[in-house]
Amino acid sequence: MSETHAADPMVPDVVRVVRTRRELADVWTLEIDPGPEGFAFAPGQFNMLYAFGVGEAAISVSGDPAEAGRLIHTIRAVGNVSTALAHLRPGDTLGVRGPFGHGWPVEAATDADVVIVAGGLGLAPLRPTIYRLIAERSRYGRIAVLSGARSPTDMLFRSELERWSARLDIDVEVTVDHATGDWRGNVGVVTTLIERAAFDPPNTVAFVCGPEIMMRIAAVELEKGGVAGERIYLSMERNMKCAIGHCGHCQFAGDFVCRDGPVATHARLRRLLALREI
Amino acid sequence: MAEPTGHVLLDRDGLDALIATLGQRGYRVVGPTVRDRAIVYDDITGVGDLPAGWTDEQDGGHYRLKRRGDDALFGYVVGPQSWKKFLHPPRLKLWSAKRGEDGFTVAQEAEPTEKLAFIGVRSCEIAAIAVQDRVFLQGAYVDPHYRARREGAFIVAVNCGEAGGTCFCVSMKTGPRADKGFDISLTEIAVDGAFAYLTEAGSPAGAEVLATLPQRPAAKHHRDAADAAVDNARHHMGRTMDAYGIRDLLMDNLEHPRWNEVAERCLTCGNCTLVCPTCFCTSVEDASDLSGGAAERTRRWDSCFTMDFSYIHGGSVRASPKSRYRQWMTHKLASWWDQFDTSGCVGCGRCITWCPVGIDITEEARAIRAAPQAEETT
Amino acid sequence: MIEGLDRYIREHPFFAGLAEEYVQLIVGCASNVVFKAGAYLYRHGDPADQFFLLRHGRVALEMSAPGRAPVTFQTLVEGEIIGVTWLLPPHTWSYDARAVDLVRAIAMDAKCLRDKCDSDHDLGYDMMMRFVPVLVNRLQATRMQILDVYATPA
Repeated sequence: MSETHAADPMVPDVVRVVRTRRELADVWTLEIDPGPEGFAFAPGQFNMLYAFGVGEAAISVSGDPAEAGRLIHTIRAVGNVSTALAHLRPGDTLGVRGPFGHGWPVEAATDADVVIVAGGLGLAPLRPTIYRLIAERSRYGRIAVLSGARSPTDMLFRSELERWSARLDIDVEVTVDHATGDWRGNVGVVTTLIERAAFDPPNTVAFVCGPEIMMRIAAVELEKGGVAGERIYLSMERNMKCAIGHCGHCQFAGDFVCRDGPVATHARLRRLLALREI
Repeated sequence: MAEPTGHVLLDRDGLDALIATLGQRGYRVVGPTVRDRAIVYDDITGVGDLPAGWTDEQDGGHYRLKRRGDDALFGYVVGPQSWKKFLHPPRLKLWSAKRGEDGFTVAQEAEPTEKLAFIGVRSCEIAAIAVQDRVFLQGAYVDPHYRARREGAFIVAVNCGEAGGTCFCVSMKTGPRADKGFDISLTEIAVDGAFAYLTEAGSPAGAEVLATLPQRPAAKHHRDAADAAVDNARHHMGRTMDAYGIRDLLMDNLEHPRWNEVAERCLTCGNCTLVCPTCFCTSVEDASDLSGGAAERTRRWDSCFTMDFSYIHGGSVRASPKSRYRQWMTHKLASWWDQFDTSGCVGCGRCITWCPVGIDITEEARAIRAAPQAEETT
Repeated sequence: MIEGLDRYIREHPFFAGLAEEYVQLIVGCASNVVFKAGAYLYRHGDPADQFFLLRHGRVALEMSAPGRAPVTFQTLVEGEIIGVTWLLPPHTWSYDARAVDLVRAIAMDAKCLRDKCDSDHDLGYDMMMRFVPVLVNRLQATRMQILDVYATPA
């Protein structure tokens, strides 16, 4: 991104929407022109996106890290800001600050099996990781992408999941919480996919993203299966106003989620996730 | 202390000259003054604006100004405000945006050009400024608004000659004497029936200003009187805090029953966060005009005691008063260490004084330390 | 046929580690079954007199109500078991189980197995210790589904 506002990390750069795509009833993907210098990011990092006059929201980058000329965000319209962002049209401008945070340590998975567990919208922050794993396929062992959604009509990136599923070199399993007659796939929670996936637990790295309840249960299931807590990575989410460790809102015990996270290991989080209202 | 060099004695006129000189040099000079029955920090033009002859009576949930028998200029400790009101302003416009045919553009606000001079900064307050320096200047991101106000600020410290009813700077190792972090330091002592100021420079800028002021050399008995005054403060602290290992103590006792007990008293009013000199949390407000053509972003102080503070996905992470009190106290005394490698507490006692129900952070820490729960640390 | 069945019992993950004497004891309760895709293994209201060790194919557990398409709430795959209702009276299925693909399974006669467990409590205990974890896991999974964690927050 341009350096003009490097002096004040709270001032956004103004960028333009190139195209949009409606993914689900309330989810849109925006493709943004980042400008001549492109936008470099690590999988799992996020930006603060500003909708003129409405406000900012922290949204993970959901595009391919190898394509710096396109900045892609997938947004669920759930509050004022996200709704305003999700309804932007090609040609509209928005503000961007970032990238922020520590992302998924894909390098830690070199020569290991990789299990990706995504719940609901959690597949969006994980998609850049999947792109990178596929681009560097020979560096990793077995790769399993396990994705859970509420129902078949709430399944994000369904056609992409089907394309990955058709590949012989990664295992893709999806499941839904409930379904009606014409769904022939799995029904049940995403943790059941973990039990059934093929990976070598002592040599596995897991990247987990989704609602906190789902991440907790998935991480427990992975540890039960023999994956080390230090090699299970979750992405935490908290209220954010600045994303630079100055406003205090995103604190989670001693960590600022914006700065020390959002990705952290289950070994580090295990105790805190069990505490209420921390 | 090693043989001190460079101590001089200023009298009241000398102090007045200091304030005037700083004003003439273009500083905005601020210092303690009486308003609305409290000592607050505001613009001053001379010693006439200082709280001569006032002292403060402080305890849990209690603050009263009382007349002294003398006309000491600094015979009190700290009031409800701290210097953060100048360095980290309560409301600050960050930038504005304008919408045009082709989208919108953003215009940054210019940083202030005025320089600040603080008169009467206590040792605990110097420590508090140093803590906020770590937060805003020494992390991965620098706050340019804090930096613009902090750099070039001229600090005139005052060493306390008495302790306040809720003070515990000795426990937190932040006072009562300021060793560093000032340009000029003063200790008010009685000399020949009047008050004079044992003064030393703490920086080249301070030495340069000090050299222009009317003064006389300080004798050993002046230094002894200053030491005695500081000792008086040291030995009459209103509170104590055993801060040894407190980070682990609190983080290992996050489910201690004491949190439920204090929650029954805490109103979650947030006074403690407003008066605390190190609390730094802020929020941002985005607003636009009625036509939708102009927008601006403002930063304002926020408090972890509000329900909104931790709001995500339709609810607050910390909904109960217990969880919010616990967050404040564990942040202040424990997780601040993880974040900034220092305590967040400087022992100024404001949170105790200004809590409407007199919750005392030193007493809460004591209660947990007295009966820690056995809890596994991962 | 009996020979093949005791091998299937020994190999099925649900009975992993089962003592050989018990394998022989329960094989008399077992039979080999096949369901075509779309066929029902059982329906709501049928007497629950069997449970199934799934060897191949997928089974969808469904609830239907008048005027609504059936809602699938769980899919089971090979290596898993279908049917725990046989354990407790009144031994009636409370939902439907439909073969999604061609299904091969071992059907265990519930009354036969219950009688053997009554006679040999050690066998009974062994069976309970295999079923209880399945029940607990399914209960926890069901709770997760009820929480509807992916729903838009109100």
